[in-house]
Amino acid sequence: MSFYDWLSLLQGAGVTVLLSLSGIAIGLPLGLILAVVHWLRVPVLAPLVALYVSIVRAAPAVTLALLIFFALPSAGIEIAPIPAGIATLAISTSAFDCEIFRGGLLAFPRDQVEAALAFGMPALLRFRRIILPQMLHTVRPALINEMTLLIKASPAIAVTGVVDITRAAVRIGADTYEPLPPMMAALVLYSLFVLLFVIMQRSTERRLRREALA
Amino acid sequence: MSRGWIVVWQHHNEMLHGLLNTMWLAALAAVASLILGALLAMVLMSRLRPVVRIATIFIDAMRCVPFLLLAYFVYYGLPSLGLTLDNWTAGLSSLIAYNTGYMAELLVAAWRSLPADTIEAAHAFGFHGFGVFRRIVLPPVLLNAAPMIGNQVIQIVKDSAFLTIIAVAELTHAAAGIQSTYYVPFAAFVAAVLLYWLLCLGVEQFVGVAEAAAGRRR
Repeated sequence: MSFYDWLSLLQGAGVTVLLSLSGIAIGLPLGLILAVVHWLRVPVLAPLVALYVSIVRAAPAVTLALLIFFALPSAGIEIAPIPAGIATLAISTSAFDCEIFRGGLLAFPRDQVEAALAFGMPALLRFRRIILPQMLHTVRPALINEMTLLIKASPAIAVTGVVDITRAAVRIGADTYEPLPPMMAALVLYSLFVLLFVIMQRSTERRLRREALA
Repeated sequence: MSRGWIVVWQHHNEMLHGLLNTMWLAALAAVASLILGALLAMVLMSRLRPVVRIATIFIDAMRCVPFLLLAYFVYYGLPSLGLTLDNWTAGLSSLIAYNTGYMAELLVAAWRSLPADTIEAAHAFGFHGFGVFRRIVLPPVLLNAAPMIGNQVIQIVKDSAFLTIIAVAELTHAAAGIQSTYYVPFAAFVAAVLLYWLLCLGVEQFVGVAEAAAGRRR
């Protein structure tokens, strides 16, 4: 592998990081909104959310990426490869985030909500000050786990023509007739990226355990 | 838009063929990775330090590598080590290798939560080695891990869609083929997504029925 090959691999890493982080940044709030809609049993919307979550969770990332990249233009909406990739990852992760948030909301202790009610807190304040901060705390390990799954699904966006780590590695392999070194380098890059999240997860889990003891 | 659905309906044979191939791939990969995963779990629970270390490295590697990269490695990378596989064999074996790691991991988690006295009682009744594993450990472990195994099978179905990139004729490949000939992207890919959805609902149903049946026998 030449210097130029390393450079294109690192460029691919930049694309993977950018798309994954953007997908997470959009998917998290979207998942939270969906979870709250489902949790509050909003008429009409709640069953739609359940259907959305069920279908999206079953949809492979590749198929979703193809659908978004090829079908939106046929409906008159032009979409570039990078936004299409971000939309794919955000939509697919939002369904899983929704289920994680919903689990956290359902497990939230009833007595705290009742105590807040007894203090006369209005619904929005109750949610913002009592439920949300504690719920975010307990679901964090599951959310981080879902983030690592998103990173591993991210090569799916290569079908839109985006050159991410995987695609860059395959290209270099095809050019140099030596596919193994770029693939090993790609594996290391992915591992480092995933490792960051694993470290984050371990430290939150340690903190949770300490707090449970205290 | 309605033209798209008519075109997809006209080619429903190709779609169903793709669906059938996806089901075959997923079923074979699920069974094989479950068996290999159980063997790997045995290794992990043994006291053979060096072997445990190698198994742990394998599992960690599988957890870090994206499935598509592994499939590329098996299909494009292994030939330079002297092992050339066609796209079907490469796709299936990478599905199996990838999920063996995950299956082993979730079986070990279920195994660790098994009460130790059951195994001690088995020893007291004269069960040894593989007999303990097959008769005493495996049944409750499989039963406890059933929902997780179901989730993993759904993951296998979804991962198999990546194999379209190495031209394995599964469901997404069939949809992409129809779309590229007739330019009906919306209908073709929505149909594919809905078929994946039905397949995953089917897997969930199957796990539920199997769990209920096993629960009754207990």
